[in-house]
Amino acid sequence: MKSIVENFDLFAPKLVDKEEYYCSGHRACQGCGEALAIRLMAKALGKDTVVTNATGCMEVTATPYPTTAWKLPWVHVAFPNSAAVGAGVEAALKSLRRKGKIADRDVKVVSIGGDGGSFDIGFQAISGAMERGHNMIYIVYDNEAYMNTGIQRSGATPYGASTTTRPAGKQSVGNTTWKKNMAEIMVAHKVPYVATACHSYPFDFMDKVKKAKKVNGPAFIHCLAVCPTGWRCPSDACIKMGRLAVETGVFPLYEVENGKYKMTIEMPKKLRPIEDYLKPQGRFRHLTPDQIQIFKGMAMLEYNKVLERIKHSKSWSDMTS
Amino acid sequence: MSKRIGMEIAMAAAEAVALCRPDVIAAYPITPNTHIPEHLADIVADGDLDCEYIAVESEHSALSACTGASAAGARVFTATSSQGLLYMYEIVPVVPSMRLPVIMCLGNRAISGPINIWNDHSDYMCVRDLGWISMFASNGQETIDMCIQAFKIGEHADVMLPVLVNLDGFQLTHVVEAMMMPDQEEVDKFLPPRKPFAALHPDNVVSMGTLGLPDIYNEAKKANDEALINSKKVILEIWKEWETMFGRKYEPIMSYKANDADVLMLTMGSMGETAQVAIDELRKEGFKAGLLDLKLYRPFPADELKKAVKGCKNLIVIDRAVMSGGAAAPVCAEVKSVLYDEPDRPVITNDIIGLGGRDVRVEDFIKIFKKAAKAKPERAYEIYGVRG
Repeated sequence: MKSIVENFDLFAPKLVDKEEYYCSGHRACQGCGEALAIRLMAKALGKDTVVTNATGCMEVTATPYPTTAWKLPWVHVAFPNSAAVGAGVEAALKSLRRKGKIADRDVKVVSIGGDGGSFDIGFQAISGAMERGHNMIYIVYDNEAYMNTGIQRSGATPYGASTTTRPAGKQSVGNTTWKKNMAEIMVAHKVPYVATACHSYPFDFMDKVKKAKKVNGPAFIHCLAVCPTGWRCPSDACIKMGRLAVETGVFPLYEVENGKYKMTIEMPKKLRPIEDYLKPQGRFRHLTPDQIQIFKGMAMLEYNKVLERIKHSKSWSDMTS
Repeated sequence: MSKRIGMEIAMAAAEAVALCRPDVIAAYPITPNTHIPEHLADIVADGDLDCEYIAVESEHSALSACTGASAAGARVFTATSSQGLLYMYEIVPVVPSMRLPVIMCLGNRAISGPINIWNDHSDYMCVRDLGWISMFASNGQETIDMCIQAFKIGEHADVMLPVLVNLDGFQLTHVVEAMMMPDQEEVDKFLPPRKPFAALHPDNVVSMGTLGLPDIYNEAKKANDEALINSKKVILEIWKEWETMFGRKYEPIMSYKANDADVLMLTMGSMGETAQVAIDELRKEGFKAGLLDLKLYRPFPADELKKAVKGCKNLIVIDRAVMSGGAAAPVCAEVKSVLYDEPDRPVITNDIIGLGGRDVRVEDFIKIFKKAAKAKPERAYEIYGVRG
């Protein structure tokens, strides 16, 4: 079988920090995409980082007192306020550094949360923190439902997914709406760096984290994180599911710098059939061919919007010069 | 040297907070506390205070940002009222559980509904059991003093807890009074820079706000409760120090003509001064009335209360909030619980007064005093002055 990343074994050790900042021993499920993504994120950020974490899987599995999987300074306060806590930490570090009370060097604040803590209950705090221009990164790990509480639908759940609060049934297709477009909402906040990412493309994701770190201001990354438990697929299918989401056009990987869109993982002219992505997942098992067409229509509408933006969007800096 | 000033109390509170050199302020506008963060924003904008001022998008984020900033080792301040406090409610108990000093002024205001922007204590009563040290100011001077004391108390190595300074909305926040304002040198001498126990920084990696499973939650709660109870010792020490430096005395329960009183009234906040005038009037008639003014509500000064009521026949507890469907109004329920085991406890009556900004006049207190001295009440509590 061909390696999914060319010459991975050759390059990976040189490209990736060997230090682990998010360690083994945490209690996430086998094959958890989110835990993998966070590990990669931590490597890309390096030691001069403070992490604020919304309540959710990543909080409960990583820090049951008195243990912690984190080797970065880390704080959890509540479910809806990771971004607001991050804003406070950022302001404090800025103030204390200016007054000479802490070391005079850059420390990046990174706030993380799941899709529930970001698309839904934490939405206002993210909007406020990004709009006010804090020097921080927000990364949403989107596994498309409230997995920590038992697979309830969120504003990030795609059409047709069966969840415990919008289950498929004789009269129900499951979730009836498409995902909220968080990246676009963040672009509308004039956030200088916005990107979508997935743990199945580790170098692309880590590059984006590094880029976000360099921004002197707010940055936002929407990372698709496969949840085998909630998606009802085998735990060893995690990486594959992420790649299929991208290759079918359901979750294209792009970045938006100062309003200018760019695809970071080249998409094939002819996308993979969407069924390849849906079939292995138990949450979509009930979909009829007609319903699969509706799913496809919704996904392609979003995909084509991204292609249009790539063609027509202009950088804000181009416009001012 | 302290300076005599005439100023709106909310603005004076802001100036007092500025003298404490906070590193981060996060606040969201809500009447009637707003003049405090507004005036602080002015002080920052003029460059007179080196501070990061976060104009957050909600009270929930105000307290969240303060929690994050305090966790990073900063000295932090916020202020709110009523619905604002209820909106940040989720975060209120988390702050003391993380042992983080956050100083908050609460411009006391009635909670909805019906919506009402005027004063009572119903907002505070929603958070009284959530672990914050809580003081009530009766006037402008006490507001200034408590704001400065709050930082020293909350940040003390043996305390490390958030502190709420309650000041009555409008009755205090919007009133102009003559006060003594300490100067920067005095405050710097009284209040050392914050030395956090742990702070979010890569130089000393910590995880904060971790998950407490059933095997540890019990112990965490016990530890928190002990910390709050033990804070009283430090509060008393710091009040002593304040008295030595500034000549103004603070005790958990202050009293007025209480020594020989047959009938005592217990109040919190600005009502105490009105009650004092009523007591003077009653004393002229030969009615032995006296006042207990509760300054420290959490930790509750149970021993001081037992001592203060010794010898009196009647105790009137004045509440400014309703504990809907409860055994009594909140302060009275607590007072009764403290005095239950006392062999010579007074007859206790409970009047709820001044809800939603209803005027509290001298003659109201006189009426309540006379009523209480007469007979045992028919009901556990009465909402005073309800129009038929």
